Amino acid sequence: MEFIEQLINGLNLGSIYALMALGYTMVYGIAKMLNFAHGDIIMVGAYTLSVAMATLKFPPALAIIVSMAVCSLLGIVVEKIAYKPLRNASPLTVLITAIGVSYFLQSLALLIFGSNQRKVDSVINMNPIKLGSIELTGESAVTIGVTVIIMICLTLFINKTKTGRAMLAVSEDKGAAQLMGVNVNKTISITFAIGSALAAVAGVLFTSSYGFVGPYTGSLPGIKAFVAAVLGGIGSVPGAMLGGILLGIIESLSKAYISTQLADAIVFGVLIVVLLVKPTGLLGKKRMEKV
Amino acid sequence: MKKHLKKIISVGIVLAVYALVIILVQTGALSRHYQSLLVPIGINVILAVSLNLTVGFLGELTLGHAGFMSVGAYAGCLFSIYCDLPTVIEFPLALIIGGVTAAVFGVIIGIPALRLKGDYLAIVTLAFGEIIRSVITNLDFLGGAGGLKGIAKYKSTASAFTTVFVVLVITVVVIRNLVKSRHGRAICSIRDNVIASESVGINVVFYKLLAFVMAAFFAGVAGVLYGHNLGILKPNTFDFNKSIEILVIVVLGGMGSITGSIISAIVITLLPEVLRGLDDYRLLIYAVVLIAMMLLNNNPKFTAFKENIKAKLRPGKKSAAESVNATVNVSETAAEKEAE
Repeated sequence: MEFIEQLINGLNLGSIYALMALGYTMVYGIAKMLNFAHGDIIMVGAYTLSVAMATLKFPPALAIIVSMAVCSLLGIVVEKIAYKPLRNASPLTVLITAIGVSYFLQSLALLIFGSNQRKVDSVINMNPIKLGSIELTGESAVTIGVTVIIMICLTLFINKTKTGRAMLAVSEDKGAAQLMGVNVNKTISITFAIGSALAAVAGVLFTSSYGFVGPYTGSLPGIKAFVAAVLGGIGSVPGAMLGGILLGIIESLSKAYISTQLADAIVFGVLIVVLLVKPTGLLGKKRMEKV
Repeated sequence: MKKHLKKIISVGIVLAVYALVIILVQTGALSRHYQSLLVPIGINVILAVSLNLTVGFLGELTLGHAGFMSVGAYAGCLFSIYCDLPTVIEFPLALIIGGVTAAVFGVIIGIPALRLKGDYLAIVTLAFGEIIRSVITNLDFLGGAGGLKGIAKYKSTASAFTTVFVVLVITVVVIRNLVKSRHGRAICSIRDNVIASESVGINVVFYKLLAFVMAAFFAGVAGVLYGHNLGILKPNTFDFNKSIEILVIVVLGGMGSITGSIISAIVITLLPEVLRGLDDYRLLIYAVVLIAMMLLNNNPKFTAFKENIKAKLRPGKKSAAESVNATVNVSETAAEKEAE
């Protein structure tokens, strides 16, 4: 029974990783850059939620919407200011800028809210569900449910709508997409907005499960979510979902059966093994390099 | 003759800096507080110059420099704790052991990791740094989270500074000579175009590994110096933030400029101390520096402006118009590459 409970814990954590990994993978697919600041968008989302609920006394539903809106806006602004001028620059330059943005958001949060963790009330009010002898907490149930719904919607959005197909086109070939009349700048902005909104949802779910938010809340989960994206194959949307859930399960099982302290090391070990054995990830496509 | 003159001048400057600092320390002109900063400045210079080898000259971003530093620090300090030799022999041995251990880890991490590039390499080195940190925290004989205690400290500020200064000069000379050599040019060619350098017969894997392992070696040496300065090593000091701090130094000084790294290491180490009131804003300033440097260096107008100033400062070297032309050419090639 304990094993199944750990598995559910893993699914809960994995759902959150999957939501974050989607942001990484979508941005990577389109802008060909690792948005290091993505993890910190989660932190911003969680802080916004907390301020909206505790200070401004918004109802939870409104607070979540505000949080998503703030994060989307932040994602667009960051892209416009920091990443857009560097679209033709070397990957090294872009990566250092992204690290700078991540650091900027963290230290800004540190200045505004201080280094103490801030308590966040859970937005989820649901009684635990009993399945036989296994108890599923309300948070886990909602997290897993919300993630499944978001994934279905996102897959439909990308494959069925015009904007979604524009995103696919841009990620395939920016130049050709532009010739076909796709507004590349707008598509990239939309991608950042969607990725950041998903990060906000991940932030809300994350703080609902853990109850606290601090300036560094997003950084480690952010890196792990990137590991998840790489595990699933970066640039692939179903890959990010699969990678996230697998990674969550690996983490919670190693916490339960190997060592709590070494769980992070194991997660990063997974990354190294994946990159060595199959650098394209589980569902990634291999790209040929042209001279 | 001119070549020798340059060398003599460099040696003269090094000796003058050393003499000046020692005089300031011995006469007490430098306050205790600033004296305590001498060693951290030296350590940061070593770290920055060695990181510059991978980030600036090889052109690969590694985010695990603090990891190599910690490996070296623990290995070297363990040696000096359990070994009972006179300091004159023991300390250099500890430095070498620290450096070599870090270099061995560099090989172990480097061989698989250097098959990857760009973002993946950055993430793998980051992951490596985090793994090292959590493993050290869980090893009891390394002191765990409480830290490794009882490391012999330097006897006086003057001797500490002398030690660090000697190591610093060796580091800078070795890395400078490496970069200026045939091997160094091979490393730079990998940065400029991997495929082209591969096709003219440069062993890319070997040179990547060479740069990577050299950087790890000196990071390890810096770690040993660091441990002996504080007398205690805690795994949490070698976290991701430490790696970023070194990266900020390299980026601010200019990727691929050793002089730049030295100057910016001094500035970045002194900055929080000089501007005490700004301590809260230190991290914010780092972040802004990173973003601003990247955006400015990619702005054609700013690059032209910089070249203009350079030309005015050194009228003999290149005329302003030529440099601007060169920049334009570079951006044109970039545009062509993009078009392909």
